[in-house]
Amino acid sequence: MMRFDRLSSPGRARRISFLFEGQPVTAQEGDTVATALLAAGAGATRSTPASGSARGAYCLMGVCFECLVEIDGVPNRQGCMVPVAEGMSVRRQRGAAGVAEDVR
Amino acid sequence: MTGAADIAVVGGGLVGAAVAWGLGRAGARVVVLDEGDDAIRASRGNFGLVWVQGKGDGMHEYAAWTRNSATRWPELAAAIAESEGVDVGLRQPGGIEPFLDQSEHDAAELEIRRMHNQPGVGANDTRIIDAQEVHELEPALGPEVIGGAFCPHDGHVNPLFLLRGLHAGLARHRVDYRLNHRVERIERSGSGYAIETTAGAVTAGKVVLAAGLGNGRLGPMVGLDVPTAPDRGHILVTERLGPLLSHPLTRLRQTEEGTVMIGASSDRPGYDTSLDFATVARLAARARRVLPAIGKARIVRTWAALRIMSPDGFPIYAESASCPGAYVVTCHSGVTLAAAHALDLAPVLLGDGFNDRFAAFSPDRFRNEAAA
Repeated sequence: MMRFDRLSSPGRARRISFLFEGQPVTAQEGDTVATALLAAGAGATRSTPASGSARGAYCLMGVCFECLVEIDGVPNRQGCMVPVAEGMSVRRQRGAAGVAEDVR
Repeated sequence: MTGAADIAVVGGGLVGAAVAWGLGRAGARVVVLDEGDDAIRASRGNFGLVWVQGKGDGMHEYAAWTRNSATRWPELAAAIAESEGVDVGLRQPGGIEPFLDQSEHDAAELEIRRMHNQPGVGANDTRIIDAQEVHELEPALGPEVIGGAFCPHDGHVNPLFLLRGLHAGLARHRVDYRLNHRVERIERSGSGYAIETTAGAVTAGKVVLAAGLGNGRLGPMVGLDVPTAPDRGHILVTERLGPLLSHPLTRLRQTEEGTVMIGASSDRPGYDTSLDFATVARLAARARRVLPAIGKARIVRTWAALRIMSPDGFPIYAESASCPGAYVVTCHSGVTLAAAHALDLAPVLLGDGFNDRFAAFSPDRFRNEAAA
């Protein structure tokens, strides 16, 4: 279900296809990962390391870190700071980044 | 609150809040006069260690006072959790100072030996551990770590939750907390003090200066010479990571929430909290040698804050000789000493004999040194 409507119709903006949790999602060129997920009605896009509760994009300007997702295998990316790109693979950030595999 | 307070505390940072919390808990009528959000506040920029090892090299009373505070910390944390509902995240698993080369090892060994020869608590059970033991304690430490100094009494806490918890306690103890009340003048008035602030006057039977670096300006108003200087420290914080460290290290600790905090520089640029990027780079480079796993972690915030540093680095506690009932309480370890300030020092302020109890911490020691 769509929770956000675009102010202007897609019109001539180029369509981009990326993957969220392995499923294809359509976005518009110029969207950030966070706005593309909001527009797609993705809902919660991470769980917190502290309590495990669900979170989604909030400030959309790089401050609150609520929109953290894994992008192309790199954890803890700020979805609102990354323009969405064709073929990108985005996954939910579940808790803390796994240092054993991803960082060490 | 209407009418005069028993005691006014100038400063609402960790030192002032801990003292006021202890006074309020003891039943005193307390007013706290604080500056605004633009105040220079070490309390919002510090590292969060409850640290014992190395403290008091050259003043055994400070080594004992620090140890006492670490011992009493669980009581303070429990009181804040029970009555204020704030979990400050206290953990005291012991702490490690990691060595990257022989000179760091030798310096720590000498310090332990010096402190061991002091009266009282000595080196507070700090001991040198070898490479094998340091890696058993912390498997994520890198191969360059050749050993460390371990003190079983060290720990850490969330300093922002601590400040919040103490302030919640002030409200519960009916302490009259006044924000944006910068103190302009303090004068004797009857048996107490009249205090003029930027937002009106207050009278109190006693007055405690706990204004950090502001004590230098305020002290002479009540006959106290408080020589402190701002000492800048940088801190870097990584993104939240899965468990990496189970003990706090001197310049590296993982918070309960998963971020890794990296410290700690020391320089004297004056009242300047801007960042020096060469320093940031140096701290990051050392942190990577100690804990290689954070090499790919992103830094999400970096800041500098100002420590309140006395000439010898030890606290200054005193009652004024010319203005009885006027005190100064200042140190650079507002987190470590919070329990001692709240539970032990505050009640002494309500009675007599403060200078007898805290003789070693008098600023007179600086006069004596200058004369020698």
